[in-house]
Amino acid sequence: MITILLDRIGRSLLPLLVAAPLLSATVCILLRRARWAWSLALVVSWGVFADAAYLLYHVVHFGPISYAQGGWRAPWGIELRLDLLNALVLVIVTGICAVVALAAPRSLAQEVPERKHYRIWALYLLCMTGLAGMTITGDAFNIFVFLEISSLSSYVLISQGTTRRALTSSVQYLVMGTIGGTFFLLGVGMIYMVTGTLNIHDMAVQLSTVGPNRTVLVALACIGVGVGIKLAVFPLHIWLPNAYTFAPAIVTAFLAATATKVAYYVLVRFVFSVFGVHLAFNELHLHVVLLPLAILAMFMGSIVAIFQSDIKRMLAYSSVAQIGYMVFGLSLASLPGLTGGIVHLFNHALMKSGLFLVMACVLLRTGSTKLEAMHGLGRKMPLTMAAFVLGGLSLAGVPATVGFVSKWFLVKGALEAGYWYLAVLVLLSSLLALVYIWRVVEVAYFRPPHPDGPEIREAPLSMLVPTWMLIGATLVFGLYTPFSVGVAQAAAKMLLGISS
Amino acid sequence: MISTGLYNYWVVIVLMMTGLYVVIARGNLLKKIIGLNIFQVSVIMFYVSMGKINGGTAPIVAKGFEVYSNPIPSVLMLTAIVVGVATSAVGLSLLVRIQEAYGTIEEDDIRTEERQEEIS
Amino acid sequence: MIRHAILRVLSKLLIPLIFLFALYVQFFGDYGPGGGFQAGVIFGAAVILYALMFGLRDAERVFRPRVLEIAVACGLMLYGSVGVLTILLGGNFLDYDVLAHLPTHGQERGIFLVELGVGITVASVMTTIFFQFANRGRDND
Repeated sequence: MITILLDRIGRSLLPLLVAAPLLSATVCILLRRARWAWSLALVVSWGVFADAAYLLYHVVHFGPISYAQGGWRAPWGIELRLDLLNALVLVIVTGICAVVALAAPRSLAQEVPERKHYRIWALYLLCMTGLAGMTITGDAFNIFVFLEISSLSSYVLISQGTTRRALTSSVQYLVMGTIGGTFFLLGVGMIYMVTGTLNIHDMAVQLSTVGPNRTVLVALACIGVGVGIKLAVFPLHIWLPNAYTFAPAIVTAFLAATATKVAYYVLVRFVFSVFGVHLAFNELHLHVVLLPLAILAMFMGSIVAIFQSDIKRMLAYSSVAQIGYMVFGLSLASLPGLTGGIVHLFNHALMKSGLFLVMACVLLRTGSTKLEAMHGLGRKMPLTMAAFVLGGLSLAGVPATVGFVSKWFLVKGALEAGYWYLAVLVLLSSLLALVYIWRVVEVAYFRPPHPDGPEIREAPLSMLVPTWMLIGATLVFGLYTPFSVGVAQAAAKMLLGISS
Repeated sequence: MISTGLYNYWVVIVLMMTGLYVVIARGNLLKKIIGLNIFQVSVIMFYVSMGKINGGTAPIVAKGFEVYSNPIPSVLMLTAIVVGVATSAVGLSLLVRIQEAYGTIEEDDIRTEERQEEIS
Repeated sequence: MIRHAILRVLSKLLIPLIFLFALYVQFFGDYGPGGGFQAGVIFGAAVILYALMFGLRDAERVFRPRVLEIAVACGLMLYGSVGVLTILLGGNFLDYDVLAHLPTHGQERGIFLVELGVGITVASVMTTIFFQFANRGRDND
């Protein structure tokens, strides 16, 4: 009896990625105690991460998985489809959720009153549901539904910050995010009008017979703009700095590594799988729009980051620059370019959430995330600042860290396409990252601590261990690349239609 | 120029541009949320009008009818309407809290107060 | 409590009918326009009308906020549990065919349960939203 049940569950591991966090969120609302809600969220997020890791192993060795939800086969029903691209994104997103949940209780207790914690955990699980659902589904409208689930829960999570600016940042994100989601919906509607199907795989087949008519091109533009707002591509990034700065530190660590990454996955999926390279790059000339915006993002993000006095805000602008690198890889539309973009998705998630967890530690011990509060922290919180230095080196693309791996592929892609000046620009903007990292390093290691400040100890173990798990991963995956690069390259080959 | 058969698209475009204009041009946060709603309604109109088939009856199986309108866009828009309602609810809750925290929901006044906070 | 005669009489007549109509829309969703979300909103509208007419205190005595919060979670749990139940019974996620001996009966049962979950959640959420907004400014928490 038990074996039959376990076998049935084992055949349905894919929808459980979405169903388990959803049901646990409802249980969290019923559990009023913060401890219980946190334990449930921790168990479920690690379970989902294990599930995702197993599914990645399955996809790498046995090929794509297709699951007909509700028993209705595609294209009539909603299909859940896992191939190399979304398996990788799924693993990194659920991994970040699991690790950040480990570090959360002490940091959340500082910023949110304890009686509200069970709601935070319910929202955390709902956001995880939305992100996981967006990654695994093979139906375009389902992507919209899960997009809105994750967006709505993240608006509420961001508004839980301590200052009143969290409220205005959340409203700004809400307005822009809803416009983005609605543009995406409009694009999907236009595709439905032309092809009569909502299934992503089927759309690709139908669109190849329809060819480039105006509706299809406008649909691609609408989807590009809609997803671009959620991805914080250069001119549409305005919501990002405020949202990341004023949200609770744990929420920033969680969102910075997941929301924009899944949006990037959706963009790659639509540009390469649904519309195809010919339609997107030869007919609509997407690279003419995206390449300059990517370069602008790289420079604008890094330059503005240099002048920030709040370190969380500095890291937020740095995120805008790093998203520029990912979009650069996408718009190159070549094997090394797209590999670089996908591998940077993986690497940036690790780097940024590690760095934001460092800021959560700093906030916990010093009470502020401003640069002035970090005087002498190199001596008082050595392990925490060492993690910051490693993460910062990774942002700059120093060899032996993951940042170097992504930059390698992006520069290689630019050189192979003949754009040597773009390769130079990529390297120059990486140097800018060194400037803003050095600002923090100089203050932390070479200035004496404030004499009349509070007694600062090292961060608690419950927060140090997850931080070093993530920062250590940036070192491990920077030295041992076959996993991330191998999967990313295979995914890029599949997307570009190159047989290996 | 204006084809009478395409008037539903004109309605969609007019509503969409009105909604986007209100979001961008009005400084009152409540008006922004209303503009957002108008924008969402335009996309709902787009889908629902897409489903109607000339000569098709309501999509409920009945004797004597062969051509039915497409029920799928309407069903999809049920979800979109719910999403719109939820977004408005979250937005309005945030507005109530902003009103309590800042004393105003005019974007310019809020920005002035935030800038003063940053300087001090 | 609003003391206007016409409003009081009419609302006393109409509120039960609105509740009844909400239940009708809930269960008739199989055969015509209707279903969980619409029924939930109509139910919530009736509760809001009651609160407007007879005062927030009385409305909160009938529909306790704590019970509503539990109902929100329970409706969604019902929906998710139907999905997990179909997995345990051998089908795919939310495959209603396995819920009864005949696939058509299974589909009916599945749709009924799922829409019931949605209706409960939506009615509770609409009522909770109204109560939360209405309570703001009376006793700020």
